[in-house]
Amino acid sequence: MTAHLKMDEPARRRRLDDMVQGVVGQPLDRPEGPLKVSGVATYASEWPREGLAHGVLVRATISRGRVRELGEGPVREMPGVLGVFHGERLLRNPAQGGAGEAPVQDPAKVAYFGQPIALVVAESFEQARHAAQSLHVEYEPEEAVTDPEATEVETPKGKQVDKGDLDRAMAEAAVSVDVTYRTPGHSSAPMEPHASIAEWDGEDLLLHGSYQMLKYNRAELADAIGIDPARVRILAPYVGGGFGSKLGIAPEAVAAALAARELGRPVSVALSRQQVFETTMRRSETRQRIRLAADAEGRLTGLSHEALVSNLPGESFSEPVAQATHFLYGAPNRRIVHQIARIDRTCAGSVRAPGEAVGVTIFENAMDELAEAAGIDPIELRLRNIPERDPEQDIPFSSHMLAEALREGARRFGWDARSPEPGRRREGEWLIGLGMASAVRVNILAEAEARVTLDADGTAKVETDMTDIGTGTYAILTQIAAEALGLPTERVTVSLGDTDLPPGPGSGGSWGAASSGTAVYLACEELRGRLAERLGCTEEELTLKDGEAIAGNRKQALAQVLDGESWEATGHVEPGRTSKAVRQSTWGAHFVEVAVSAVTGETRVRRMLGVFAAGRILNPKTARSQCLGGMTFGIGMALTEALQHDLRDGHLVNRDLAEYHLPVNLDVPQLEVHFLDEHDDWANPLQVKGIGELGICGAAAAVTNAIYNACGVRVRDYPATLDKVLPGLP
Amino acid sequence: MQTTLSINGAERTLDADVRTTLLDALRMHLGLTGTKKGCDHGQCGACTVIVNGRRINSCLTLACMHDGDAITTIEGLGTPEALSALQAAFVAHDGYQCGYCTPGQITSATAMLEEARAGWPSHVSEDLEAAPELSDAEISERMSGNLCRCSCYPNIVDAIREVHAGAAS
Repeated sequence: MTAHLKMDEPARRRRLDDMVQGVVGQPLDRPEGPLKVSGVATYASEWPREGLAHGVLVRATISRGRVRELGEGPVREMPGVLGVFHGERLLRNPAQGGAGEAPVQDPAKVAYFGQPIALVVAESFEQARHAAQSLHVEYEPEEAVTDPEATEVETPKGKQVDKGDLDRAMAEAAVSVDVTYRTPGHSSAPMEPHASIAEWDGEDLLLHGSYQMLKYNRAELADAIGIDPARVRILAPYVGGGFGSKLGIAPEAVAAALAARELGRPVSVALSRQQVFETTMRRSETRQRIRLAADAEGRLTGLSHEALVSNLPGESFSEPVAQATHFLYGAPNRRIVHQIARIDRTCAGSVRAPGEAVGVTIFENAMDELAEAAGIDPIELRLRNIPERDPEQDIPFSSHMLAEALREGARRFGWDARSPEPGRRREGEWLIGLGMASAVRVNILAEAEARVTLDADGTAKVETDMTDIGTGTYAILTQIAAEALGLPTERVTVSLGDTDLPPGPGSGGSWGAASSGTAVYLACEELRGRLAERLGCTEEELTLKDGEAIAGNRKQALAQVLDGESWEATGHVEPGRTSKAVRQSTWGAHFVEVAVSAVTGETRVRRMLGVFAAGRILNPKTARSQCLGGMTFGIGMALTEALQHDLRDGHLVNRDLAEYHLPVNLDVPQLEVHFLDEHDDWANPLQVKGIGELGICGAAAAVTNAIYNACGVRVRDYPATLDKVLPGLP
Repeated sequence: MQTTLSINGAERTLDADVRTTLLDALRMHLGLTGTKKGCDHGQCGACTVIVNGRRINSCLTLACMHDGDAITTIEGLGTPEALSALQAAFVAHDGYQCGYCTPGQITSATAMLEEARAGWPSHVSEDLEAAPELSDAEISERMSGNLCRCSCYPNIVDAIREVHAGAAS
């Protein structure tokens, strides 16, 4: 039985509120937690396989050209070497998220420095690594384009907005700012390097992979190899972080699959950390010019957001910098410019909150500059510019929580203590400052299916190919099914990360909980209907709690009602008119206190508060952790993270964790997260919205705005490292 | 080359390439995949194990250098059915998300608490001679060799603080 819902109308019934098990909204520990903390959870490259061979990818050492000759002869003679693979089906770079088809193939053509050009397979990892490093490659190099600001740009028609007369608004403004900021490239840098083990059983391929979106990954892998997707099964029950870098099928999976077929034995290919930096998706660097025109009261009369981003030639993705600018603040005169430079660097793709992560951040810096220019408190400035309706599409908001987030955050953080004048507070060598920024991220529902089985013994099983990349999927799907079926959580098991199970939307775009959660709920609702029918009542009259069904004055154990049968139902949700009829978003505000050393220019984050509204919070423990993660990404973006490319040959200089600086434990104080109560009926029947990316959106701006408040230095070239702060110190 | 290791109290004999790191010996030869490879260069701490009582990055040392050494991995600290105090605290405080850096965090924290008990100062200690008080900053500093990209640092500190307080009382 399939229960299907197309989300065409707001779900005003709020059925979850009628359920009485009382587990949704509780801080349930992750059910898979004991496996993870004891090292028993199995990640991609850890599946024990008899006869496993090891492959190591060989990287290009030019930025553009062709491989003329691979000196594979001597390498094939090396101890343990089983083969050197460089066929036309190997991938040059990963697929973009949701592509569903193979990305660019033929690695003999070199499109960026570090691109995989071959795979060397040997009996042992050490042998394969040595052989891969020994492979002598001859190239026909071509001149590479390495600087996004020194090449021609594309200006795609559909991505520009020009409404009213911005130039006139700027000319007539009482207060205005016109500022240009730059953000560098970022790497997702999940702790688990991308890895695959491929094995064949006749015509059938089994891949143990580290992927976020299995439904698409199966199609991409099949297309790359040239086989029927039905012949491909991918398993990814545990994924060691993704943040966008594991959305699409990547070179190591296809190389492992092709080598395993050729060799007739399973092959493992794990990327080195350097290869993760060089070959998985980078977030594009951006140049952003913001113009803001306001009247004397700080009401925006015009706004403009011009962004330059980059990608490889032919790639469809370009960092959607202004995604939230379209609706965050009102202004009658608006211009949005989106330009793409085609350069020979690692492929650009989704990294946590593509668009808002860098776009909201810079816009919120510009708003801070406007607040100062206008002599208005930064929070007040934002409150005055919250639009009644989506200012470009003229549609209503499904729910708008920004004002409440700003006010509640200010109250909790002690915003009153901030001096509007920079550099007023000093403690020894440290200059102390406060900063804030709005947080906003579009909310998306994606098509999802899930199967729920109510077993004869009164336990339930949830099954979907949806992934849990640390997001809490195991926990929240357990809670939804337990709530809807009236079961203690220990009587629900959740199976994920297997393409043999009903297709979910994958982990990306913050849509997982809303989409897969709704599919699970729909399946449970179907089962509730059948239980009600057997008990002779309506679904609304049925109460399920602690494994018992109560209808009228009768109470029966579920096992008794099922009478030896097992029932199964599939829930299927699709986005519908509610995605277009209203503007859906998640909302929040960041508050930061920094200390800037007057001696060295070093910034320490001392306090940070995030206030967020993301619909119904299914599990405050796992949701809070998602926000901690996003906020910490923001600290990294503000202070330390930057991909450094050498413009002479395009190579990525800092391709490891010693040189690309993620925040470490001591860089992150005991962050505070506060959730606002929000129930958005337009989102889905659960009133759940995305939480995985909201925490990063604008977070870095709160840090850099606090730096300005501390010491009067406005760093417009991220990150705010010591060398950029020091020259401007008082 | 033959190497005999005492791993989690059991003697294991390994016959591996001399280039095999202790990390790869555990993961690829001995079936102990709880110890994770995050960078293979001593930059992330995911591979932390305890060798003769001290925490080290197992990717930075060769297995053949450890003949006769006593090695404790995450599997030796507890099992899903019988978690160590730190493992249970990491679950209760959500001191992990994807779980990949987690075995290294817990192994590292296990040894770190011993270091503090033995009076070792850290970079943030005010007084190098005094017995260290494990403030949040002390815990954070002493755990800064273990990266977590999901960024559960506040929860990791909460978990370790709780176990330290419990052991102290």
